[in-house]
Amino acid sequence: MFQTRTILRCQRQLSRAYATAVPPHALVFLEHRQGVIDSGSLSALTAAEQLGGQVSALITGGEDHVRDLVLKAKKLKGLTSVLHSSSPQYVNPLPETLSPLLESLLSKSSSFTHVVSATSSLAKSVLPRVAAKLDVPAVSEVTSLSHDTSSNSTTFTRPIYAGNAIATVRAPASIPVKFFTVRSTAFSPAQLQEGSEAEVVAVNPVQVNEPVTEHIKTTIAKSDRPDLGVATRVVSGGRALKNAETFEATLYPLADALGAAVGASRAAVDAGYADNSLQVGQTGKVVAPELYMALGISGAIQHLAGMKDSKLIVAINKDPDAPIFQVADVGLVADLFEVVPELVKKLKT
Amino acid sequence: MRPSPARLLNILVPVKRAVDYAVKIRVNPQKTGIDTNVKHSMNPFDEIAVEEAVRLRERLKTHVKSIKAITIGPPKSLDTLRTALAMGADAAVHVQHGEEGSAGPEPLSVAKTFKAWMEKQKEGNKIDMVILGKQAIDDDLGVTGQMLAGLLGWSQATFASKVEVDVEKKQALVTREIDGGSEELRCSLPVVITTDLRLNEPRYASLPNIMKAKKKPVETISPADLGLDYTPQLELLKVEEPPKRVGGGKVGSVDELVEKLKEAGITAV
Repeated sequence: MFQTRTILRCQRQLSRAYATAVPPHALVFLEHRQGVIDSGSLSALTAAEQLGGQVSALITGGEDHVRDLVLKAKKLKGLTSVLHSSSPQYVNPLPETLSPLLESLLSKSSSFTHVVSATSSLAKSVLPRVAAKLDVPAVSEVTSLSHDTSSNSTTFTRPIYAGNAIATVRAPASIPVKFFTVRSTAFSPAQLQEGSEAEVVAVNPVQVNEPVTEHIKTTIAKSDRPDLGVATRVVSGGRALKNAETFEATLYPLADALGAAVGASRAAVDAGYADNSLQVGQTGKVVAPELYMALGISGAIQHLAGMKDSKLIVAINKDPDAPIFQVADVGLVADLFEVVPELVKKLKT
Repeated sequence: MRPSPARLLNILVPVKRAVDYAVKIRVNPQKTGIDTNVKHSMNPFDEIAVEEAVRLRERLKTHVKSIKAITIGPPKSLDTLRTALAMGADAAVHVQHGEEGSAGPEPLSVAKTFKAWMEKQKEGNKIDMVILGKQAIDDDLGVTGQMLAGLLGWSQATFASKVEVDVEKKQALVTREIDGGSEELRCSLPVVITTDLRLNEPRYASLPNIMKAKKKPVETISPADLGLDYTPQLELLKVEEPPKRVGGGKVGSVDELVEKLKEAGITAV
């Protein structure tokens, strides 16, 4: 069985070598929440555009949302076509129900050479599942890329070891469809462009009879503040905030004064001071805002992996030897319970 | 009348030996990878996977028939399997591959390995549940579980923060971490689950259990036994240090801090 597979792969490689160069055609999995396009997906679109070929977006969901979204999406800069598919099964999308649709879109006759998405929890669940079915790898959290049309190979860079090393990998021509997810902080989101009008293509949904997995409910943590993943300013708290009450009482006024999103270290989340969805780090969200304020955060490797690409890092910590000071542009050694209220007051004057 | 025989659950827990999470890694001078002559331990997410399997048995008692750990790697990966056994796994499978420090197989090959091994299991020992870490902290890819579920056509629940199993109904109720909140799923068995950090707090293996683990069975096989070849599809061109960030020094007071912020154009909104 394996032997036949190798032979097939070799043939593919050979035929590609003699054929004229295949222009790239990316399929971007465009995600939305309740009809609002995710900012991460817009970054994925920018990354897809950098491949230098056609870019198609795929929108899935319930009928109402998809109809509105298509109208918005077709005006996005760089898009050549918008594929959409609606089904009650896509309202609460599951990998088990979405992957058959992707597989049918990527079947042998398709012109897609790349499948691109944000590094979202949904895309991370779906894309590798589809890639495995097509017998190809999936490259995660890409921070830069370049495509060489003559060799039909794409080169990616991505952080490994919690961002402590950067790997450069090449997906050669032998990989017919190259799957990758994009680290959204590394690519600016695609904008709407006046006058651009992508072609709209309806795709029949692929109904899954008796899916093996059933969605029961989704709970989204509510907040009036900007979304952590896309905020230009982030105020983050660590274990030194003592408890959930002092976390709120100390951090929220500062975040509100700056119009910032609130983040937390893993220690603060594990101790129950803040919700899981606020965690910044290798295992949480990766952010790269204009301003990142780390309050009472020591700066463990796993936390730094999630924020060290921020433009300006400010750290306030009692411990002058805390590793966070090695990356902070501005550090203040002080008791945060004393200085944060003072800071809020002085910022407002 | 005799009661109908209870359904029995067989759990497979893939584990990976990785550079210890606390180690500050160094890129090697050849830029081909990192210096691997450092402390290794079980990938933290896999520890959570082993712990969850053991806790499932503690809750479901005899409904769990077996917990098997599997790993792919050089001879030293056996240590990782022994850790899993000491935590409570019954038996282990070591797919021996590569030298110390060499790159492991790609996630797709890893998933194919687990699938091939599972397919070889006899009736009665068929795996019903695979619990994996959501990602390995070395390559940070986070795709193996999903690939395995795809290859098998099974239900999948990634980034699980809570798992409840109803053995009679052959179902698992899983709460998973998603962007901005959480989601509950009902998965039919067989299922692939990947663990989030919040799923549980892994136990330390006690000395008696470490001693007992030495007597537990470990089956050693090679990728060729499963008909697999680990030739990578992707080419690793180089590994580099990330750009260094230099700290900008400290300020002495809140006033100076506010001044610095203003210089950077940051004021209250």
